[in-house]
Amino acid sequence: MTEENLPQAQPETPKKPVKPKKDPRAKLYKPETPLILASSPHFHTRDTVPRIMWNVIAALVPATVLALVYFQWAAVGIILTSVSSALIAEMLVNKVKGDSFTIPDGSALITGLLLALTLPPSFSLGGTALGSVFAIVVGKHFFGGLGYNIFNPALLGRAFLQASFPVPMTTWIWPLTARYADVDGITAATPLGLFKFEGVSSELSGLLTGNISGSLGETSAITILIGGLYLLIRKYADWRIPMSFLLSTFLVSGVFWLISPESYPSPVFQLFSGGLMLGAFFMATDMVTSPVTARGAWIFGTGAGFILVIIRLFGGLPEGVMYSILLMNAFTPLINRYTRPKFFGEIRA
Amino acid sequence: MSESSQLHISTFRRGVHPDEYKNLTCHLPSQIMSLPDEVFIPLQQHIGAPCEALVEKGDLVKTGQKIADSPAFVSSPIHASITGTVVAVTSFPHPLGAKVPMIHIKRDGEEDEWELLKTPENWETASQEDLGKLVREAGVVGLGGAAFPTHVKMSPPADKPIDHFILNGCECEPFLTCDHRNMLEDTDRILKGMAIMMRILGIKQGIVGIESNKADAIATIEARVKSLNLSFKIQPLKVKYPQGAEKMLIDAALGRKVPAGGLPMDVGVVVNNIATALAVYEAVVDGKPLIQRMLTVTGDAIQSPGNLTSRIGTPFQICVDACGGLKDETSQVFMGGPMMGLVQYDLQVPTLKATSGIVCMQSSQLKNTRHYPCIQCGTCVGVCPMNLVPTRLSRLAETAKYQDCKDWGVFNCIECGSCAFVCPSGIPLVQWIRVGKVKSTEQQQKAQA
Repeated sequence: MTEENLPQAQPETPKKPVKPKKDPRAKLYKPETPLILASSPHFHTRDTVPRIMWNVIAALVPATVLALVYFQWAAVGIILTSVSSALIAEMLVNKVKGDSFTIPDGSALITGLLLALTLPPSFSLGGTALGSVFAIVVGKHFFGGLGYNIFNPALLGRAFLQASFPVPMTTWIWPLTARYADVDGITAATPLGLFKFEGVSSELSGLLTGNISGSLGETSAITILIGGLYLLIRKYADWRIPMSFLLSTFLVSGVFWLISPESYPSPVFQLFSGGLMLGAFFMATDMVTSPVTARGAWIFGTGAGFILVIIRLFGGLPEGVMYSILLMNAFTPLINRYTRPKFFGEIRA
Repeated sequence: MSESSQLHISTFRRGVHPDEYKNLTCHLPSQIMSLPDEVFIPLQQHIGAPCEALVEKGDLVKTGQKIADSPAFVSSPIHASITGTVVAVTSFPHPLGAKVPMIHIKRDGEEDEWELLKTPENWETASQEDLGKLVREAGVVGLGGAAFPTHVKMSPPADKPIDHFILNGCECEPFLTCDHRNMLEDTDRILKGMAIMMRILGIKQGIVGIESNKADAIATIEARVKSLNLSFKIQPLKVKYPQGAEKMLIDAALGRKVPAGGLPMDVGVVVNNIATALAVYEAVVDGKPLIQRMLTVTGDAIQSPGNLTSRIGTPFQICVDACGGLKDETSQVFMGGPMMGLVQYDLQVPTLKATSGIVCMQSSQLKNTRHYPCIQCGTCVGVCPMNLVPTRLSRLAETAKYQDCKDWGVFNCIECGSCAFVCPSGIPLVQWIRVGKVKSTEQQQKAQA
């Protein structure tokens, strides 16, 4: 320090030293660590969005594994193509929108995997990629991204493919005959198609184990039930939705079957055939596109079951799971609005 | 109900079960804190009209001397908690966040001279009116957290007949154990305090509701009820949060549902907290006004957690230091438990009548910091004890649709925090709901003006 910098005494203006107002608690005050402020509650469960999504993926493992066993390289090709295109599409959308990187939350992977499981094993890989990109870009991000989409993205992707490639989307092969998608497999109708167009009923054992023709992941009811039950037990899916979906399918188709057992398939066959199990446990229960209230969930599942049976019995298509769920997705905001739970202690006029 | 149904464990619908962390302190007997050198006593520590100070700077006050009061019915007087000199009557930081008027008293020497209330010879024969007045004069308020003046609860309007008294021993907030300790250490006085309140109300049916994680308290109370020849029913309750909320407790214990927007007296019930019953007994029998209470100082950021009996108005820092002080890297301190507690920015704030605990957290096991968009999972709807749709309320508040907020029952929310506790997206649902409440009220007032 040099001489000039030292404070100089100024005797001509005797300033009274201004005493800072003393806080009587100053001697107590020890702000060693700044405390974080937040609104209550300060506790939180360990559940997070990624945790839910990865659990759904885990629940899809049995069905995926069985698809690989039955359809081998065809399944490998379609699943890899669908998942990777979904992830790439998600990444590109993140870039374009300037969002943070959302791959780790697992939702894009689910969309890709679910779409793959609903495709016929002989479907082309190019078409698969197209459907997957459509599902992510249009089905999910056009509506605002995770949490804002109205329709289940995987189903919307499938609907897009169904409209664009009606013939390949309804060409089926027997399991264990396909090597590559473009190598000739033995084409065969699905059990639902068989019944609808030829009046032939299928064995229940085939429907349970999946040794029938059909989409990759929906041939075996058992593998889907294993994964589905896991989701219900861990409470990552609302049990009311699959319950009401299956129950209403069973009851509505049961009524028709009782009226005329020759012209309509049995309700048990209806339950275990086609994509119903996969749809009821993994697509209808998609949290984003299903109602949040308990009563809403019952309405949602019941409505989907009703529409499904009507399409299967009277529509032009043998299968209606996709459209029944998509239609009910469209009703979800309305259902949420009109199924407000009764407040605790509310007396309704 | 038959005798056998006594041991039936009941509960309310929905709710959550956070980790309890009660074994940090539930086995530790309460310790009486040495007198603080100074206290800061806010003029309002209750719901209702604030009090006017009756003392000035320089006055000498005795322990238990009334230092503030209000002529309003819904209000509660305030008493000096130490013997000393009034240093100032001015604004200091309050646990609620703002600076509010407080009476600052400094202790003179070691003596602790009490000024007691005049008590009746025998409360069992005293008039109900006198007892009620005594409860008011002692400044007793609900010590569970809401701090509603107890004498107001004791005088329900004539058109609301009361038939049941429920003593709230749920203590459903994680970490807090002061009610539990009180039940074990002051069993008789609490039960007699309950009997006094029931005498004031002129009712015969009393229920003690205790969560089943406090088995020792249930056993102790059951034994003492028998030997004191009281007719109270002990109701064990399933451990669930927010069971201690009045409306949930009444539903759990009696199966009655308080109407939306109503009060417990609408279904003929009065609910009081364990600590309140103790305060009533001390007022009516010992003549001691409410100037001290037990509180739990705990959390993973406290060196040696414990249950302290401390004078009201003691700065948090003193209470924390009495438990060995804070560890490094303390990140949050709340008044009350982690579910509904108020976060503090300054440890100089004083304890209030309704301060049941000081919880200091080190880790942020607290909140998940990543936020995701709402995925409409409906978990919040499934846990809301008031049957609301928190996700919708929060979104309506966020998009400034306050009229819709009202229609979807925003004012029924008890802010228990169950929804935000379970939200996988980490959305601050309760915070948005509070915004919705404030803004809806504002909008309503504007419309009327």
